[in-house]
Amino acid sequence: MAFEDQRTTVYKVDPEHPESQTLPTLRTEELLLNMGPQHPSTHGVLKVILELEGERLVKSTPVMGFLHRGVEKLAEDGTYHQFIPHTDRLDYVCAMYNNFAYCRAVEKLMNITVPDRAEYLRTIVAEVQRIIGHQFWLGTQALDIGAMTVFFYCFRDREILLDWFDELCGARLTTSWYRIGGVERDFTPSLLEKLKRFLDYFPPKIDEYVVFLEKNRIWLARTKGVAVISAEDAVNFGLSGPTLRGSGVDYDLRKYEPYAAYPKCEFSVPVGKNGDTYDRYWIRVREMYESVKIIRQCLEQMQDGPIMADVPSVTLPPKERVFTNLEAMIQQFKLFSQGFNAPPGEIYCGTEAHKGELGFYIVSTGSGKPYRLKIRAPSFIHMGAFDFMSRGYMIADAVTIFGTYDIVMGECDR
Amino acid sequence: MQHLAHRLQETFPAGFVKAVEWRGDLAVTVTRDRLHDVAQFLHDDPAMDFDYIVHVSSVDWPDDDERFEVVYEFYSIRKRHRIRLKTRMPESDCIVDSLTDIWKGADFMEREVYDMMGIRFRNHPDLRRILMPDDYTEGYPLRKDFPLRGKGWRDTFEFLDEPTR
Amino acid sequence: MGLIQLGRPEKDGSPDIITTTVEKAVNWARKGSLWPMTFGLACCAIEMIAAVSSRYDMDRYGAGVFRASPRQSDLMIVAGTVCRRMAPVIRKIYDQMPEPKYVIAMGSCATSGNIYDSYSVVQGVDRFVPVDIYVPGCPPTPEALFDGILKLQERIMQKRVFVKQPEQVRARFKV
Repeated sequence: MAFEDQRTTVYKVDPEHPESQTLPTLRTEELLLNMGPQHPSTHGVLKVILELEGERLVKSTPVMGFLHRGVEKLAEDGTYHQFIPHTDRLDYVCAMYNNFAYCRAVEKLMNITVPDRAEYLRTIVAEVQRIIGHQFWLGTQALDIGAMTVFFYCFRDREILLDWFDELCGARLTTSWYRIGGVERDFTPSLLEKLKRFLDYFPPKIDEYVVFLEKNRIWLARTKGVAVISAEDAVNFGLSGPTLRGSGVDYDLRKYEPYAAYPKCEFSVPVGKNGDTYDRYWIRVREMYESVKIIRQCLEQMQDGPIMADVPSVTLPPKERVFTNLEAMIQQFKLFSQGFNAPPGEIYCGTEAHKGELGFYIVSTGSGKPYRLKIRAPSFIHMGAFDFMSRGYMIADAVTIFGTYDIVMGECDR
Repeated sequence: MQHLAHRLQETFPAGFVKAVEWRGDLAVTVTRDRLHDVAQFLHDDPAMDFDYIVHVSSVDWPDDDERFEVVYEFYSIRKRHRIRLKTRMPESDCIVDSLTDIWKGADFMEREVYDMMGIRFRNHPDLRRILMPDDYTEGYPLRKDFPLRGKGWRDTFEFLDEPTR
Repeated sequence: MGLIQLGRPEKDGSPDIITTTVEKAVNWARKGSLWPMTFGLACCAIEMIAAVSSRYDMDRYGAGVFRASPRQSDLMIVAGTVCRRMAPVIRKIYDQMPEPKYVIAMGSCATSGNIYDSYSVVQGVDRFVPVDIYVPGCPPTPEALFDGILKLQERIMQKRVFVKQPEQVRARFKV
């Protein structure tokens, strides 16, 4: 059945060709392919409408919102403390870093300085979380491209760190360990011991992952030169994290706007050259080594001290005092039932999560609840560049491009 | 940070409304008709050089005459400074110039603002809802008069009556 | 399973004859080869992935063959927050699965909506899909998911496979 369509192209056979009389007229048209929302490699519930010419992507339209939970509206309904568990479930692969970003934003709003030891603890746990995030990314990206073994190796080592989290705060994924003004509890000697053992164990294991991929012809063919974006375009689109650094821009908030204990540590920010998927993979692998380096330095420099800022109107009293002291119990009760009143104003605070810049924009009118809380989610902004970056590539590369952003839909749709 | 505000005030004396610096963040409010010019200036001027768009957001102030506020946040990767650009508009005429021609990343962010707050953007290439479905009729969720639990959409399952295939 | 050993077990330890009912045999086969569908919605999906990977290895329960297509699977693990926009998709996928089919609601969100009492989240997947097993937790650990699968297997063993039971048949034929 023929129909008139603007996208339909009719190819006529060359009249000079000897067989031109017998061959039929060829007609090609673009094919619309619906991928998702239930697809194993879309990292959740993402739907993309792909326009194809042959096997080439001509245009792709991401359709999002299948995991839109209304977190920003829920934030306006609860106190500042109550929003911390919500941040766990934004980017559920890396809950700790979300807690960190949110607590930093509220601390900026309340003008609280966090004690030294808490800063070190925060940095250590954040970097452990970064390792977990990159392991998860490497495993699933390799699985999407077809390398099964890397997935099992990454998850084997990831379980060690999840057990460590379990011991630290009682949860594997949704941690809620950070508090406004500090952290919930200190490391125990057993945790320190386990972490040190892991630091010795882990770097050879990264080499092990890399062995599977670095000289793997399929991996190289499917990542080199795929989803190339120039530095100028990447900045214009607002990309961040390894996705931006792969294009050669060394934008890393840990260096640009130093926070926590990062200025006291020596580490380098790996930067790519070609802006393709392979460079972004290389950056993430390098960052795992850098994270190990940062954790080691923090463990050396860390001194004993308080783990929570002493601002009774905002920060929570230590749990031991809540159980023994009436005043502390009343304070805890008041903070959780009514919250604290933030001064009227507005702030934006960005933090370098493992995916990119995770920012919180908070508007306060002086009440105990945020008037407006906007989450700058890197996954969402990366998806804005999906159409631009996927044009002209093969349909099988669509999966690679989802993976290279490291998208997590909980954060993308919020 | 204040020198950026002074520079903007000198260049756009008509459009400039106010500049506030609080907790190290500089927020500049401009009138709606000059928003696009100011943004273009921020992007192109070598002393400003805001090449990176951080986020686009919106705030609802139901008690004010100019009810809606659109908030843009920019960063300069070379100069390492950031600025927040804001503009206000009344509810009866909530439309503002799109900045997608300057920062391509503004595309999805402005669509989200439209979806959540109902503010329309002039010259936007593809202004559709992004997080809620296209046929969502209950309104704009982040407006202050929208109930947290919605208006019944989440509890209606009309697809259960359709014949299964 | 109601096995009765006959024959000479004392000889080499292996039974010669096993007697059981066809129903039990069918149920036993069904419970031992649950094919789940890769249906991750949110946070719980990460724990579901962990349940299949290195340490936990869900294959031990015969439920490790994750299928990407609903046509090939008989267990839907609804892992994560069910948003209203996703609801028609879940129902369609459920309708596409062949009988017998089972549903596990994994995590608080799929069970009751959890902390997301907002305009876009369905308060429990059981509003539009029948659920066999609820697994609590936010997110449930892989062990909790295994517990849910074992509970489901127990339930499968109790199910009636044949609509007409021997008593009914006997009454009709006056045997």
